Amino acid sequence: MSKPRLVLIGNGMAGVRTVEELLKIKPDHYDITIFGAEPHPNYNRILLSPVLAGEMTISEIVLNELDWYKENGITLHTGKQIARIDRAARKVIAEDGSEEHYDRLLIATGSTPFMLPIPGNDLPGVIGYRDIKDTDEMIDAATRHKHAVVIGGGLLGLEAANGLKLRGMDVTVVHLGPWLLERQLDEIAGKMLQKSLEDKGLKFLLETQTEALIQGESGRVAAIRFKGGMQIPADLVVMAAGIRPNYALAEKSGIYCNRGIVVNDTMQTYDPKIYAVGECVSHRGIAYGLVAPLFEQAKVAANHLAGYGIGRYTGSVTSTKLKVTGIDLFSAGDYMGGKDTEEIVLNDPHGGVYKKLVIRDNKLVGGVMYGDTADGPWYFQLLKDGRDIHDIRDSLIFGQSLVGDVGHAGNSKAADMADSAEVCGCNGVTKGAIVQAIKAKGLFTLDEVKKHTKAASSCGSCAGLVEQILASTIGGAYTPAALDTKPMCGCTEHSHAKVRQLIRDEHLTTKETIFAELGWTTPNGCDKCRPAINYYLISTFPNEAKDDPQSRFINERAHANIQNDGTYSVVPRMWGGLTNPKELRAIADAAEKYQVPTVKVTGGQRIDLLGVKKEDLPAIWADLNAAGMVSGHAYGKSIRTVKTCVGAEHCRFGTQLAMDMGVKLEKMLFDMYSPHKVKLAVSGCPRNCAEAGIKDVGVIGVDSGYELYVGGNGGIKTEVAQFLCKVKSDEEVMEYSGAFLQLYREEGWYLERTCHWLERVGLDYVKGKIVADDEGRKVLHARLLDSLKGAKDPWAASREPAAIKQFIPIAVDA
Amino acid sequence: MSNWKLICKLDDIPQLGSRIVRRASGGDIAIFRNSADEVFALHDKCPHKGGPLSQGIVHGRRVTCPLHGWNIGLDDGQAVAPDVGSCGRFAVKIEGGEVFLAV
Repeated sequence: MSKPRLVLIGNGMAGVRTVEELLKIKPDHYDITIFGAEPHPNYNRILLSPVLAGEMTISEIVLNELDWYKENGITLHTGKQIARIDRAARKVIAEDGSEEHYDRLLIATGSTPFMLPIPGNDLPGVIGYRDIKDTDEMIDAATRHKHAVVIGGGLLGLEAANGLKLRGMDVTVVHLGPWLLERQLDEIAGKMLQKSLEDKGLKFLLETQTEALIQGESGRVAAIRFKGGMQIPADLVVMAAGIRPNYALAEKSGIYCNRGIVVNDTMQTYDPKIYAVGECVSHRGIAYGLVAPLFEQAKVAANHLAGYGIGRYTGSVTSTKLKVTGIDLFSAGDYMGGKDTEEIVLNDPHGGVYKKLVIRDNKLVGGVMYGDTADGPWYFQLLKDGRDIHDIRDSLIFGQSLVGDVGHAGNSKAADMADSAEVCGCNGVTKGAIVQAIKAKGLFTLDEVKKHTKAASSCGSCAGLVEQILASTIGGAYTPAALDTKPMCGCTEHSHAKVRQLIRDEHLTTKETIFAELGWTTPNGCDKCRPAINYYLISTFPNEAKDDPQSRFINERAHANIQNDGTYSVVPRMWGGLTNPKELRAIADAAEKYQVPTVKVTGGQRIDLLGVKKEDLPAIWADLNAAGMVSGHAYGKSIRTVKTCVGAEHCRFGTQLAMDMGVKLEKMLFDMYSPHKVKLAVSGCPRNCAEAGIKDVGVIGVDSGYELYVGGNGGIKTEVAQFLCKVKSDEEVMEYSGAFLQLYREEGWYLERTCHWLERVGLDYVKGKIVADDEGRKVLHARLLDSLKGAKDPWAASREPAAIKQFIPIAVDA
Repeated sequence: MSNWKLICKLDDIPQLGSRIVRRASGGDIAIFRNSADEVFALHDKCPHKGGPLSQGIVHGRRVTCPLHGWNIGLDDGQAVAPDVGSCGRFAVKIEGGEVFLAV
């Protein structure tokens, strides 16, 4: 049976991206044919400006080589314009008369530069700025002519002007508005930008209207005349006064258009067999001219073309970045503000830095940055996530590094980093390698960079830096996905938030029903989503859902930590960091008996036996069990340790019995699984020898009771725990910390530490649930105790017949 | 030339799991079983840094190495792009609920 036919009109970024997304989720579904009017394979139009500026070559900006089309069985017709669409017969007819039948048609005809309706606009030497041909013409003109005039002081116009200047032309930018980039910048930033561009040698005529282009003796344009009569020489005129959606073909074919091809939230036109994406589209009355929204559209269109019918495009907030080397400019959202907004402004004209953040109802809704744009992506993320910022408001304007994030202090200005600087310390990836991959492979998202370079794919602490590099390399094409809508992994469109909610609302209790009902594209998920789902199931329905060992990472399956040589490490639990001669003797005996090569004291006050062979694990555990010890869960996304100081038991400064409190907490939390690992500490006085300030839950004894701190982290990003509240008794410490951890267990996303979760939901939210709501707190604490009742030592359980098989290799005589 | 050795019952390998077959020489072999009850055998050594693939998470026809997350195709032994590398395969079959390996 032959496959249905998909025809794409327009071989540009939006159309081809849709095809890529489609191939990703449903390869081999369609016979695909692509028509492109330009004689090139799909290239990155955004990078034409660096090509013009001489910083890149055409071959570097090609996104899909001809081989890609071949490998994916796509028929590509370049240099072929479609003349009309015969919707009744379901075929497209090219200008050369050739025809192609379609079952589904995708229109992505993009936009065309707006040519001012003035005399002389069709003279030789007058061009728009849209494609490789225009770019070539400008490069050529720069070798033979002197005077260039760019009409339009928008992003594209300024990039064109900068490129032509770098190629040696004398460039004047003519702009109708009162300042440059008035659609992206406020007046102050616009003037600062003008000053730096003037320093580079560009000239500006603002609030100036062009009246006519005048022909010279050669037949080519020779001068430009403005309203009021002023005239200047011009051998090249670039019109960059805006773009118009290119929807003539669709309109002529009877598809409903209104300043663009009108589509619904599934990117479908009024003809149900025809979809449209990209700049030619009018969605909810908006035609987007930046690439990031087009990619979001592509994803939705692909899903519907694949027949899955999941996902709607609901519009985009956009950000822009000017790609003029040496000028840092970033703007996003509603940067002008209005009556109902407030502004935070940092203005340092001498230092060349200007930042403005626009806030409505305690949420960031827009911003402009000039001179220092390192935090642009971070602000943009806050904006997209709609996060309540009032708790970080006082330091917001100074950027992410002052609000507590980082890990790369003083080294966060991606654009200034040398190519040889190491970005990802885990995998040894330099900035140069990342930039190279972004350009060569046409990468647009953090996930793509992770996949191709491994940067940020291990500990993730450099993810922010990688995002900055992405943003500075591809400019406005970079859009971070909003956290709560970002898909869990490649198997699904659903986010962690959505999956958690659906599991609860629809009462889904097995991974099989989740995969089936939520439309997973893989038969049993992957190493990313399956552990997450297993955790969501057992944490949501502790007495109902069944734990699936095969959905757990090996450490949790083998109850030990895998090491780089395939051996394991064994950490027996020492409640509160306390031990005794009997336990120490048993540990020493076990270490000798199983020839453990390394014995080490851990940061969490435990003893680690490293280098145990997997087949020896059940036996060494049996020996340790016999001495009264149980699993230390040093391997799990689970309760790890409660670290204690010696407290009032011994210490002359102690105010509370820290060791006793620690042991009680650790016993309460035994075998508790959580989104990520959980560490606690109890100090007996504010000297805080147990380092409670960097723990998920830190308890500090004071004379009148205990202070509770939450969301600390001593690992990847050192994060100081935040003060939650003060309590009086041991029972309250148990109740408050238990309730806090249960809230995290029920609402955190898999692999989200408490500090990240807190950053996402805000401390006030947590205080509302844990401190203010006495009833709610007690219920949460009770749910924690209920889900932990009957907890068994996993080491002892591993000796049961079904469980022990994994530890026993099968011998063959070969 | 095939020298089929009886390894174990199919049920001795958990679905979406594996067992290790230990040879006198030549290194361990990992035997995998997926959710469709297909079995596969690979050299138990990731082409990246030698991680024991038998300890990875099995999904579809792939296994994810527990050390650094490379995905290896169970049926072809090839690393999934963008990673590049390959891992030795062994013939394996199921007959009457028993698993045989060609060594």
